[in-house]
Amino acid sequence: MYYGAKAKAFLSTVAGYQVMTAYTATVTVRLKRGVLDPEAETTAQALERLGFELEELRSADRFEVDLEAESAEAARERADEMAERLLANPTIHDYDVEVAER
Amino acid sequence: MTVSIVRFGGSNCDRDAERALEYLGIDAEIVWHEDGLPADTTGIVLPGGFSYGDYLRAGAMAARSPIMAEVREAAADGVPVLGVCNGAQVGCEAGLTEGAFTTNESARFQCEHVHLRVERADTPWTAAYEEGEVIEVPIAHGEGRYEIADDRLADLEDEGRVLFRYCDADGETSPEANPNGSKHAVAGVLGERDTVAVLMPHPERATLPDIGPTDGQGVLCGFEQ
Repeated sequence: MYYGAKAKAFLSTVAGYQVMTAYTATVTVRLKRGVLDPEAETTAQALERLGFELEELRSADRFEVDLEAESAEAARERADEMAERLLANPTIHDYDVEVAER
Repeated sequence: MTVSIVRFGGSNCDRDAERALEYLGIDAEIVWHEDGLPADTTGIVLPGGFSYGDYLRAGAMAARSPIMAEVREAAADGVPVLGVCNGAQVGCEAGLTEGAFTTNESARFQCEHVHLRVERADTPWTAAYEEGEVIEVPIAHGEGRYEIADDRLADLEDEGRVLFRYCDADGETSPEANPNGSKHAVAGVLGERDTVAVLMPHPERATLPDIGPTDGQGVLCGFEQ
């Protein structure tokens, strides 16, 4: 459900009434710098065979998570935990999270 | 007195492990992961295969299934746990052992016999061998390259937790004898306790005399009481 900013500010003053906002959290998971990425190397070679000039190619996985949360910060925290516990493997991956209202 | 072989959706070396253990006279049964570990479990095999289709990362999904909490608890209590191939990936993803097994340097699935050097002979999994002995076992994986931060690998090596390395027939490590580009040619590592081990090669496929070399028997003998 969509609430205008004023309505949301009012509702949030009502005891026990939590206004949820719809967000999309985008989690990007990529290999740490220095970790070999054979699939990216193979892809870069294929691009070169097609005649493209390039120096290096890096690949990453992007997860778009639709969720509802009390605030952008709460949405980010939840997406962070998703990355920590499943989406990324801290041994080989770095990740970042971006949150936008939808 | 039974070794539980944990079957996930997509496991496919569970029956190989069962047959190999039974050949060695070790009682074993396949356990569906949703059923949990039987109370009489005296050892645990995380078998090879493609659990959950390798979705996300090999082993990532199975590592987060409820039975793995039981496996971690059992491992902490000293129950022997052996992860083979996909089971090794599951073990690392579940934190039973350190590091990660990821895409082969060749970016190809490698299916071949390899040589392994036994780095320690004073563990249950290697008591049948001599330190430095070279054994021949098969590998069959696309994501077996051992990866870990350099400083953590140095710590593991200092603590004697590298169990097997890929090598040539003479026991020498080299890029040519390293089938997947694993860091420092690591093929198998130990967990916090020596009773927990994971390795990418398949000892259960090198146990029955009818199908080739039997050098893998010694690893499975780690389950003997």
